[in-house]
Amino acid sequence: MWRSPTLAAGGTILVVVIAMGLAAPWIAPYPATEQHMLDRLKPPGGRFVLGTDQYGRDLLSRTLAGARPALALGLGAVALGLTLGVPIGLAAGYVGGRFDDLVMRVVDAMLAFPALLLALLIITALGASTVHALLAIGIANAPGIARIVRSASLALREAEFVLAARVRGERHFYVMFGEIFPNVLGPVIVEATLRVGFAIMAGASLSFLGLGVQPPTADWGLMIREARQYVFLSPWPLLVPGTALAVTIVAFNLFGDGLRDRVGAA
Amino acid sequence: MTHYALRRLASIALILLLVSVIVFAAIHVLPGNAATLILGEYATPEAVRTLEREMGLDRPLPAQYGSWITGVVTGDWGVSLAMKQPVATIVASRLRNSAFLALAALAVVVIVGIPLGTFAALRRGRPLDLAIVTATYVGISIPEFVTGLALLVVLAGPSVGWFPTSGYAELTSGVAEWTRHLVLPSLTLTIVLLAHVVRQTRSGVADVLAAPYIRTARLKGASTRRIVLRHALRNALLPTITVVALDLGYLMGGIVVVEEVFAYPGMGRLIIYAVQNRDVPLLQMCALVVASVYVLANFAADLASAWLDPRVRYS
Repeated sequence: MWRSPTLAAGGTILVVVIAMGLAAPWIAPYPATEQHMLDRLKPPGGRFVLGTDQYGRDLLSRTLAGARPALALGLGAVALGLTLGVPIGLAAGYVGGRFDDLVMRVVDAMLAFPALLLALLIITALGASTVHALLAIGIANAPGIARIVRSASLALREAEFVLAARVRGERHFYVMFGEIFPNVLGPVIVEATLRVGFAIMAGASLSFLGLGVQPPTADWGLMIREARQYVFLSPWPLLVPGTALAVTIVAFNLFGDGLRDRVGAA
Repeated sequence: MTHYALRRLASIALILLLVSVIVFAAIHVLPGNAATLILGEYATPEAVRTLEREMGLDRPLPAQYGSWITGVVTGDWGVSLAMKQPVATIVASRLRNSAFLALAALAVVVIVGIPLGTFAALRRGRPLDLAIVTATYVGISIPEFVTGLALLVVLAGPSVGWFPTSGYAELTSGVAEWTRHLVLPSLTLTIVLLAHVVRQTRSGVADVLAAPYIRTARLKGASTRRIVLRHALRNALLPTITVVALDLGYLMGGIVVVEEVFAYPGMGRLIIYAVQNRDVPLLQMCALVVASVYVLANFAADLASAWLDPRVRYS
């Protein structure tokens, strides 16, 4: 891992972000929702290392706590995307023919929606909440993942080990998940890692629009939504969670790109 | 070429049809129907049933889809529930406003991005290249609402006030005023797009520069300028065309957030309005229009690639 600077840098930042998110309740100087009405919109320094927001809540504490919903949503949404996308992609690539045509047409049609728009449609039907945001972003990620898995497994359809398994009389389910899947795992892991960064961004966008995580939870997107009104009085409530968000997304992108170079996948 | 275009057009038609099914299904098949969405969760069952009958929601789903899609094709896009105006009228003016925004951003991206990417490829591994690559990395990773708000603080704050903080000025109120309102939102969109285009151009040019025919040109004594402009860019830019078209899809998503930040009255803000007011007829059409624009842009990009590169037509 240390031979690749991208992988090392991304990995290190990720470990730090995850550790901070996990340890937030113990290392944060204040509870994330505690208000200090006499210390509103304070700049960094003194009792509040990174300043306070419009209710006098400590920005450092809130930003640490905000790592949790961001990571949970990013990882959860991609896990859901994989759960839906991998079997669809494997089946399309393995079965081929008309079935593949049909499935890929639907996938293409779903990819015609910007992911955020697809998520918004789903949120409209379900209502705004953290869990619904995760579901919506997960579903919006599935077609892209299906596409990657499909093209990787299509290439293996006629591979000798696959034909051998079929001649042995293995069940289709086993051939897909036991023979083909382990061999497409590399590109899938790379794709998934890169998607976590974008899923976090999409989740933060939904929260920013008021359609994801609801107040008073400490969440980066929501913090920025609330900071908006006061941005000319104090830029810190925008800058602190904004930086945390950007650093986390950069870390996932670096890590994913580093993995890609390692795996040698497209 | 014509044969290729027609073949692609047929598959586009099919995709657009599927897109309309997805828009309809996303709202109608998932739990919670349009009538409860409109009336809210505290509505009495009788009220819900009455509204369902008025809106035709008690009919089977395929029949509902049928009458909706017939309306879409024949130009009857329905009436917005929240605005009480024909959807077509609202969408037309908002789409125009968003087009200004998107085209301004795309123009800057193409004019600045391609030279910057080419430059980086020519200086590969040197400090300038590293600086450009790092900048694109950061550009891709910062969400638009953070960049937008940051630009707002720096360029539109009370102490600077170069640009308005929000809103839109009609062209009738003067080109200068109109432009002033466009600058910040399109600049925000530009930052992420620029990163995509610069990266694609950089790797495209770098790949082509390694090709044998470039070495031949060099051995013939052609200048770097001639090699880049006449030989390399032609082939290197083909993938960039596709990236620009794909970016249009990104733009369509990006405008949702950016228009909200700058209170710019375009499609993005209209979509948020429709979601917040549970205006199903409006939302359906917005989603369909946005997805169609994206599909058609990709079609245009495919045609452009096929026109520039005969190999594409036969594969």
